[in-house]
Amino acid sequence: MRFSIARGTALVAATAVMVGLSACSPPSSNNEAAASDAAKATNAAALGGIDKLVEAAKKEGALNVIALPPDWANYGEIIKAFTAKYGITVNSAQPDASSQDEINAAKQLKGQGGAPDVFDLGSAVALANTATFAPYQVTTWNDIPAALKDASGTWVNDYGGYMSIGYDSSKVPAPTSVADLLKPEFKGKVALNGDPTQAGAAFNGVVAAALGNGGSADDIKKGVDFFSDLKKAGNFLPVDPTPATIESGQTPVVFDWDYLNVAQGAKLKGKVEWKTVVPANAVVGSYYVQAVNADAPHPAAARLWQEFLYSDEGQNLWLKGGARPVRADAMKTAGTLDTALFDALPSVSGTPVFLTDAQTKAANDYLAANWAKAIG
Amino acid sequence: MAGLRQRRARRQRILRWVVVTLLAVLFLLPLFAMLEFTTRGAGGSLSWETWRVFFDWGALDETYPILWTGMKASFWLVLLSVTLTLVLLVPTVVWVRLRLPRMRRLVEFISLLPLTIPAIVLVVGLAPVYAWVVYFVGGSSLTLTFAYAILALPFAYRAIDAGLSAIDVRTLSEAARSLGASWATVMWRVVLPNIRSAVLSAAFLTVALVLGEFTIASLLNRDNLQVAINQLGKSSAQMSVAVSLAALVLAFVLLFLLSFVGRRRYRERKTS
Amino acid sequence: MTAPTTGTRDQVKAPTTTGVRGGRRQSWRRRWLRRDLLGVLPFFVFVAIFLFIPTLVVVIGAFAGDDGRPTLKNISALADGYIVDAFIRSITLSAVTAILGAVIGALVGYAVVTAGPDSLVRRLVTSACGVLAQFGGVTLAFAFIATIGLSGFVTVFLHDSLGIDIFAGGVWLFDLPGLVLVYTYFQIPLMVIVFLPALDGIRPQWREATESLGGSTWYYWRRVAGPLLAPAFLGSTLLLFANAFSAYATAAALVSQGSPIVPLQIRSALTSEVLLGRENLGKAMALGMVVVVALVMWLYGLLQRRTTRWLD
Repeated sequence: MRFSIARGTALVAATAVMVGLSACSPPSSNNEAAASDAAKATNAAALGGIDKLVEAAKKEGALNVIALPPDWANYGEIIKAFTAKYGITVNSAQPDASSQDEINAAKQLKGQGGAPDVFDLGSAVALANTATFAPYQVTTWNDIPAALKDASGTWVNDYGGYMSIGYDSSKVPAPTSVADLLKPEFKGKVALNGDPTQAGAAFNGVVAAALGNGGSADDIKKGVDFFSDLKKAGNFLPVDPTPATIESGQTPVVFDWDYLNVAQGAKLKGKVEWKTVVPANAVVGSYYVQAVNADAPHPAAARLWQEFLYSDEGQNLWLKGGARPVRADAMKTAGTLDTALFDALPSVSGTPVFLTDAQTKAANDYLAANWAKAIG
Repeated sequence: MAGLRQRRARRQRILRWVVVTLLAVLFLLPLFAMLEFTTRGAGGSLSWETWRVFFDWGALDETYPILWTGMKASFWLVLLSVTLTLVLLVPTVVWVRLRLPRMRRLVEFISLLPLTIPAIVLVVGLAPVYAWVVYFVGGSSLTLTFAYAILALPFAYRAIDAGLSAIDVRTLSEAARSLGASWATVMWRVVLPNIRSAVLSAAFLTVALVLGEFTIASLLNRDNLQVAINQLGKSSAQMSVAVSLAALVLAFVLLFLLSFVGRRRYRERKTS
Repeated sequence: MTAPTTGTRDQVKAPTTTGVRGGRRQSWRRRWLRRDLLGVLPFFVFVAIFLFIPTLVVVIGAFAGDDGRPTLKNISALADGYIVDAFIRSITLSAVTAILGAVIGALVGYAVVTAGPDSLVRRLVTSACGVLAQFGGVTLAFAFIATIGLSGFVTVFLHDSLGIDIFAGGVWLFDLPGLVLVYTYFQIPLMVIVFLPALDGIRPQWREATESLGGSTWYYWRRVAGPLLAPAFLGSTLLLFANAFSAYATAAALVSQGSPIVPLQIRSALTSEVLLGRENLGKAMALGMVVVVALVMWLYGLLQRRTTRWLD
């Protein structure tokens, strides 16, 4: 094929057109959902009260949630309770998605009826994507401590927990500290819930290990070294623990949030003796973040969902799942907290450590450079 | 000479049986292990519960909704992808052969490009394209068809090209044209029936590809059979292994049946 | 592979314009050419949208910074320890499984081809190979977990009956050794499929000629069939390499922690909720992958041309 000038120009022009097309993004479709009153409301009063909100939400008829596994902080029951109370169908997509997947899905499905309405994210992803959220302050806004919410309502913490060690008490002895896991009884048994460079739960597991081995919130090196030693001793299992692996006995010891381990224990009662312990003096806490999608296809339902989650009923349902709801202190004072459930939470000895953004970033950088080498 | 040939034939036969048996064992072992895994009951007993639940397709929507969504999506994706690939490729390849022979190298190169641009790379770049697709046609999993047609290009092209090489398409089309047929008639009633087995082969290759595709579906956060199996593996190990086994066996049966359809045409060229 | 009829007549000639009017024929030809191009337009538009644009997005993104301006930061980040390690592991994995798959696959292919073109053995083997080559993905990973996973059939059997704990030295199934084992499982069938046409091309006359001139089996393989099959064998090995290098699904389903190979690193760059903002780094890694695979496929193309000379 001889390359004439005409053909060459055509090729260059075609490439330029393609480059241009690849750079621009589609116009945001002006759908009625985005223009509705509910989408602009920053609290229930703006719509005329909770009853008006319920009415608007029922008219929308559906709610899209994402990344909410049914056994994660009792979301299964929460979704059922919401549907039972308001008659709104909840479409739960991709229960195993990560926080970043939630944002990716919102971006990819922007303007579509299947886009997620609400997010439940790790704080790192939430803080990086505040432009995607619509500010909304629930009726019980003042009950939430100032440190656990964004002043304008763009995001708010929802529930939290402490990093814990879940274990099958019939297979391994009870670990009293993180360092115990290096003992030979734990050979080939210790699993981390994910890869610390990818999943928030695993990241906090490494931080807990750091705290339990003489490190601090500013220095995650001891944690990475601990897992490196664990690997060398043959105790580390590079397998993601899932309900399936816990039940089958493949992962007898799991580093995970206490509410997740507690939920597994409750689910497998009778089959597996799954116990949860928060290691003393290595207490890492973290809250997850709730936010409303600015381009939610069902804005009223999304806000009603928020109201439900932060109502006494919603908070107690989270408590039932073993998570510590963000309004716990206020509800305790008011007497609306389910004290039986609260007392059943794993005991915590030692001061909890919550990482700041700067500490998280420093830890991330260290992990990115050293985790792969440490685990090898 | 005859004795030499007989001895060689016998040696080859022994080699054949040894190699094939060894490999049959090696490849059937995982299938057997999967069957054994799915029939493990409580306390070491044999239990067909997993299979009973799996074949109860009516209730699959409640028992394993993820699986049901994935299976439905994959079913439609197979139909749509095969249609799109064939509709796109067959007329193009025939047209290039008949009217634009100089384009043949270009079309061949383009059709083989997806082998050089792996799916994992493609999916990284597909996100902005799919933003537009979502804007125009919505965000359902069925829009994966477009990506699947691209992935199927190399295999479908090779099958159709081989089929066209085996028939004298130029003479056929010129004869039809000289008798007054339009191009549509030539394509539909003259060329297509003669490359039926090649088209069928391309269709089956596309089916196998779509049923086995995971990369693009999972990284574009859509549903399909393999994504569903992967997700299922986290909550129910036995069910996911059962579905995998069923999918593998089904694919094998399909390809085995296909091997009876396509063979006749190509042997004419060989003299062995 | 080329059809015999398109050899000499490479001019586009419409059946009705057989006139001798030179100038008019010239313009007729150009007009027909443009009309003919319409026939392939849908194909080119489709490929442009769904193949070229994504590739351009990757190439441009690899050189773009977070603010959209061109930068070499992502490319230089490729020299980071863990990414270089990932590339080395990917290449090692692909090379090892390509060679293993090629050798064993060629043997199986030869065994099958001696059975004759329509035999049951050949049909069974090629169907099975077709399934495994295409389906090597999530289903294969699960098959392996069920076989030699922590509670797999073979693991339990070896442990209970023979007292051997194959994971005594650590769980290797989800690491590079495990990946090598699983990848070989779909490389061998792929080799069988890809190499079989070349084996089909060996004429029995060559064997007979060698024997009639007094050559032994060893001589036949070393001096006659060997050199003829060598380009096809090498080409198929390269194809296997490219296939293993690009494979994602099997590793994604098997390896849940760590990203030992490049495709998994790309996944991590796109979906990690801990290390954010690495999308363009993912595109740089994708570009790296394309460069490697393109190189391999180009070599494959060269070898293909050598192969078709004798074996078609």
